[in-house]
Amino acid sequence: MKIGVVTFPGSLDDRDAARAIRLAGGEPVSLWHADSSIKKVDAVVLPGGFSYGDYLRCGAIAAQAPVMKTIIKKAGEGLPVLGICNGFQILVESHLLPGGLIRNEKQHFVCRDQKLRVENVDSAWTNAFQKGDEITIPLKNGEGGYIATEETLKMLEGEGLVTFRYLEVNPNGSMHDIAGLRNERGNVVGLMPHPEHAVEPGFGPDSPVAMRSGVDGLKIFQSVLNSVISA
Amino acid sequence: MIIDTVKQSKKEADKEQPWAALGLKEDEYESIKEILGRRPTSSELAMYSVMWSEHCSYKSSKIYLRQFGEKVTPEMKQHLLVGMGENAGVVDIGEGLAVTFKVESHNHPSYIEPFQGAATGIGGIVRDILTMGARPIAVMDQLRFGAPENPDTARVVHGVVDGISFYGNCLGLPNIGGETVFDKVYQGNPLVNALSIGALKHGDLKLAKADKAGDLVILFGARTGADGIGGVSVLASETFDADGPSRRPAVQVGDPFAEKVLIECCLELFAAGCVAGIQDLGGAGISCATSELASNGGKGMKVQLKKVLLRDESLTPEEILMSESQERMMAIVPKKHLRAFKKIVDRHEVEYSVLGKVINKDRLLINWGKQEIVNVPPRTVAHDGPVYERPVELPKWQAALNADSVNARGLARANDNTTDLAAQFVQIVSSPNQADKSYITAQYDRYVGGNTALAYPDGAGMIRVSEETGLGVALSTDANGRYCQLDPYQGARLALAEAYRNVATSGAKPLAVTNCLNFGSPENPEVMWQFKQATTGLADGCLELGIPVTGGNVSFYNQTGDVAIFPTPVVGVLGVIDDVARRIPSSWQDEGNNIYLLGITKDELDGSVWSEVVHDHLGGKPPVVDLEFERRLAELLHGASLQGLVASATDLSEAGLAQALTESVLRFNMGARVWITELCERDGVDRTSALFSESTGRMLVSVGREDDVKFVGLCDARNIPVLRIGVTDNTGELEIQDLATWKLDELRSSWVATLPELFG
Amino acid sequence: MPKQDLLDPQGKAVARALERSGHKAISAVRIGKRIELHYATTPTDAQLQEAKKIAESFLSNGVIEDVVEVSIEQD
Repeated sequence: MKIGVVTFPGSLDDRDAARAIRLAGGEPVSLWHADSSIKKVDAVVLPGGFSYGDYLRCGAIAAQAPVMKTIIKKAGEGLPVLGICNGFQILVESHLLPGGLIRNEKQHFVCRDQKLRVENVDSAWTNAFQKGDEITIPLKNGEGGYIATEETLKMLEGEGLVTFRYLEVNPNGSMHDIAGLRNERGNVVGLMPHPEHAVEPGFGPDSPVAMRSGVDGLKIFQSVLNSVISA
Repeated sequence: MIIDTVKQSKKEADKEQPWAALGLKEDEYESIKEILGRRPTSSELAMYSVMWSEHCSYKSSKIYLRQFGEKVTPEMKQHLLVGMGENAGVVDIGEGLAVTFKVESHNHPSYIEPFQGAATGIGGIVRDILTMGARPIAVMDQLRFGAPENPDTARVVHGVVDGISFYGNCLGLPNIGGETVFDKVYQGNPLVNALSIGALKHGDLKLAKADKAGDLVILFGARTGADGIGGVSVLASETFDADGPSRRPAVQVGDPFAEKVLIECCLELFAAGCVAGIQDLGGAGISCATSELASNGGKGMKVQLKKVLLRDESLTPEEILMSESQERMMAIVPKKHLRAFKKIVDRHEVEYSVLGKVINKDRLLINWGKQEIVNVPPRTVAHDGPVYERPVELPKWQAALNADSVNARGLARANDNTTDLAAQFVQIVSSPNQADKSYITAQYDRYVGGNTALAYPDGAGMIRVSEETGLGVALSTDANGRYCQLDPYQGARLALAEAYRNVATSGAKPLAVTNCLNFGSPENPEVMWQFKQATTGLADGCLELGIPVTGGNVSFYNQTGDVAIFPTPVVGVLGVIDDVARRIPSSWQDEGNNIYLLGITKDELDGSVWSEVVHDHLGGKPPVVDLEFERRLAELLHGASLQGLVASATDLSEAGLAQALTESVLRFNMGARVWITELCERDGVDRTSALFSESTGRMLVSVGREDDVKFVGLCDARNIPVLRIGVTDNTGELEIQDLATWKLDELRSSWVATLPELFG
Repeated sequence: MPKQDLLDPQGKAVARALERSGHKAISAVRIGKRIELHYATTPTDAQLQEAKKIAESFLSNGVIEDVVEVSIEQD
């Protein structure tokens, strides 16, 4: 199961995404932003970071990259695509997901272990969860506030396209506490928190069991392996 | 543009030159004329003035820094791949891997423009690490601000934290720890020190030298602009007058995205073997890079300054030479590798320009078009700058300060008033210096890279270097200006002891030292005395502990008018751990464990947080340090951790046992029942000392019941005093027998509220 | 400019800061962007139309921003 991880100038969590894929049992493949080929991978991850320094708008310039042209096309044909943080911003700028992402309400970058609820499991990236699962995933961003028109929000809620919702604390003012979404088809998912930072015991969020032992993010990467097998 | 050329300098020998305005002294100017056999051109004058400034030449500190290189045994040097003198020290950690680390200051720019000052401070230290051939893997920051309630403090705090957050996060470097201290002595002179660490394989090491004639000199990265012109010599060698910052624009502006791209580009260049030598451009920009590369290589250079890619075409040659535009590197590239070099930088869309080449002469030759504007021996610029032996004088107030101890003053203690004593406990741990720092650290990314094993609130930061074996390194940085004001020699040793102890409590073995020496004006003989004492104390201490100083930084002129900051030498200790899985958390998480206090508690409240918070007092002598004992204590903990006997360990330092207990119960919300009567009896101290004394050589450790016997046995065998003072208990409370019981939620509320209330 | 009905946290933060410094008459602040496209010679009508398209498709995100004006200015 080959899963591509795109590196844009300024991508930061690409190596972490590759590690997460490996730990889940997949084979990570490095993809370069300037190459339009996605090397026949079975799925793609757009990792976190500050692609192009967040110039113009977060993810705006990355969305125009040659590799994105291919990914947008393939996503339309059902290729599973996961956008994490900056990757989520790129998905929104590419119009693969609706809405927009703006500056955090409190104007500060915030890094915290965030509680989430899994709202929808009918997607390539959440099928390994149970609906209603409560998980803890590290969140770290300055521009993570999800906004959308009333109409869009109604549609999202109505069709169950919200995949993750913030619990206990809304860290960035996102509307409806939306932490992540999927598209109608269920192959494209974007989320602000970083599941790739909760995959290896000893390096994830604290858990009641032990310091830094949280690995709730692993299921996201395991999900796509399930969906690729069944594809 | 009228260009002052070498030819002109011979023709117009008696031209008036603004050497004083550029920060040079008359004898230094005469010295330059002697070296060149003529007056310098204005470009040469600019170069010498910047490179001979305090910040670049270390002219006032060199004679004392020598001790770090001299007070070293062969045994201490065995792990050193690169010692002092290079961009950063490099330490062998085993398995063919090495780490390079260093701490640096960016104090003055951070007072003038806190955001950019702090941001570019991070940028600068990361580039130093990169130039050693290493991938930067983490950062730490040591911040000292003025009085918390002073409105100007908030301005600096917000700017600095935003700046570090902005730059460090954007580079993808986890922030694994540091310090934040508030004291009115830093009001007009905040201290912003930044540390970075990088990892490399032994064979990847790069040095900043140009040693083969014919190799090309290439400047790449960001374009050169007017950033920080004269910043280095003018700013760092100038103290602020009491009305505030007088100059605005001499601050560099950073772009972390450009630096991130530069990091990836450089690492690819290194891996491809294109680069024979590399230097980053920081203070003194091109002047520094060219002269240092040439001097280190024992060769010369010929450079065409017009080839420098500019942001601003109106810059004069002098300005180009002095510019401190960020995110630039200078590489020495053998001609045969030029093609490969170009291919890689083009792929990363990084701009570059071939400025010239390495030559066999012992001269640095710089042309502006057809005119020669610089012709100097590189060593005289880069390494053979002035060396001062400044006057040193014991401060007139020192004896009186030392006599004015807590006990001599008879400062009241609440021993017999349980309510007051309990209230002092909460007051002290919630005071700004002791309170929870999450307000700051939550603005830093600690996850990126996926290798952070320990970070704030742990006592040391720890990073995994090898994913295959778990090999990792731990780092702690510590300083205490109050102790140093009382006794700079002991104060430096205390900082070293604390950093050493913090690394030991993480389970790692201390290996090497870096330092950032923040002091007042070297033209003040009393400050110079403090500097001499502190450096000697640190060098002696390192010799005693058997760990060498690998490099560091000096920041002088931290004073407003005549009032200097407290001498504040920041000491960073690096340790190695064979497998980060063995790391020891600072706080306990398990119920029913025994809590042990290692070491002896004495009545040592001089300079303590207690004396500051309760009595607003500073006087007497700081706690005594026994480095031989610290060494044994560290070895004990190492041995115990190898056997898996220790569930948690934290050192005792500022605010003593009170602080250690508070942090231990709040981190994982695991309460404890503690008793201090036995402690008071065994060590002959009162309750105030038991709770708040800052005696050294102590650790608070929790041990699982099944490991008790073994652990105590180990301590006894190694002659380490050990006393059981409590048990962990999931009651949601911290109980200190005969003193108080606090609900963890309430204690936490106080502890976490302080910084958001002040700076929210 | 950010869309009228959407949150502008930057504008909000600036408004609060102005209020704190005593400028009570300012009820709200919204922050937008000014982008300059430089041409070697005065843009033609066709180039102006093209610029409008670029503004709407790339320089702005229609979901969260409105293009308020695209016009030619002398350098």
